[in-house]
Amino acid sequence: MLAPSGKIDRRELTRALLADRGGMLVIAGLGAPAWDITAIGDSPQNLPLWGGMGGAAMIGLGLALAQPSRRVLVLTGDGEMLMGIGSLATIAHQAPKNLAIVVQDNEHYGETGMQETATRHGTDLATMARGAGIKHTMLVTEAGDVPALVKAAREGDGPFFGVVKVDAGNKPLVLPPREGAILQARMREHLMGPQAHLA
Amino acid sequence: MSHSTVETAPDAQADWPDGIYALLKQYSIRQVALVPDAGHSRLIKRCLGDNELRVVTLTTEEEGIALMQGAWLGGERSVMLMQSSGVGNCINMLSLSSIHRTPMPMIVTMRGDFGEFNPAQVAMGQATQAVLEAMGTLVHRADRPEDVLPTVEASLKLAFNTFRPTATLIGQRVLGAKTFGKD
Ligand SMILES: Cc1ncc(C[n+]2csc(CCOP(=O)(O)OP(=O)(O)O)c2C)c(N)n1
Ligand SMILES: [Mg+2]
Repeated sequence: MLAPSGKIDRRELTRALLADRGGMLVIAGLGAPAWDITAIGDSPQNLPLWGGMGGAAMIGLGLALAQPSRRVLVLTGDGEMLMGIGSLATIAHQAPKNLAIVVQDNEHYGETGMQETATRHGTDLATMARGAGIKHTMLVTEAGDVPALVKAAREGDGPFFGVVKVDAGNKPLVLPPREGAILQARMREHLMGPQAHLA
Repeated sequence: MSHSTVETAPDAQADWPDGIYALLKQYSIRQVALVPDAGHSRLIKRCLGDNELRVVTLTTEEEGIALMQGAWLGGERSVMLMQSSGVGNCINMLSLSSIHRTPMPMIVTMRGDFGEFNPAQVAMGQATQAVLEAMGTLVHRADRPEDVLPTVEASLKLAFNTFRPTATLIGQRVLGAKTFGKD
């Protein structure tokens, strides 16, 4: 679970979040979170994003409202979450019980060359989420707290917002399919069967 | 001025907002994303009164594009209601539709258009159609009350039958332009 720095390893965190995932659907923010979920195992239940920076949480909201019987996890980066931070107010207002957002906070824009984000300088995303009205939040800095985070994200009453401070080192690239039409269609088919393509 | 709101609202006699509501039901819309505009106030009220429609009030219009992406992913149809200035807030997020081929119908009330009073509305109002089209949106205008419903219906059909963003721009000729008493 720990990187050599002593901080939580983002891929081990992803593995813990997705282990025995059942019907859980996952939206991953562009860049490293998308590579992380793909490294654990590409699946029709995954939508790894190639763009739409700032939109991951809202995609999760639309999906969670459309599929109330499924758990929806949004796994994203601190930079991506900061770009769509207002959506936390929108999500708090809608209060979907089946939506969890987990931010892998490496305090950097990793994908673009490791420039520091505001979380490196005191911005606390979990506090912002609470301020937005999300009641169930968690900030995790120790590996020992990861199981509680996983339980909250997977089983707790949503909306849930978790921030995990992760090691900033880059991991090997594991790329998902690049054709977005396939990524979308495969999740729709998973949920609705072949009928999805006749809608 | 008959009331104190600054923005324009359609004539209380106009029944096209009720007609749009009926179209949303006819086309099985389940999620309605919006940032309020006075021109949409009657339609918003109808939507809020319907338990089968989930009204999602956004902090910025780009959230609505992402919401429509998620709704379609989960098998629900959605629309976004906004004013023309909100189109500018959507630009990059609209790429979600071209990435995934996602239906995203938008119903846009125009400002900065026919007889505008507020200088601040003109820049985005005049750029609205060009910006939408630059991002691959099929755009149709309705500049007479009788054109509103056929145009909204065509935009809904185009979005859901051909999997892309579409927009109906409802012109200020239909909505009326408020003048703060300075006619
Ligand atoms: C609108 C927009 N602005 C900037 C970028 C460039 N960009 C791609 S990924 C990224 C950083 C993402 O940072 P974060 O979400 O923290 O993910 P990390 O790689 O650190 O895990 C940026 C700025 C973009 N793709 N879109
Ligand atoms: Mg980061």
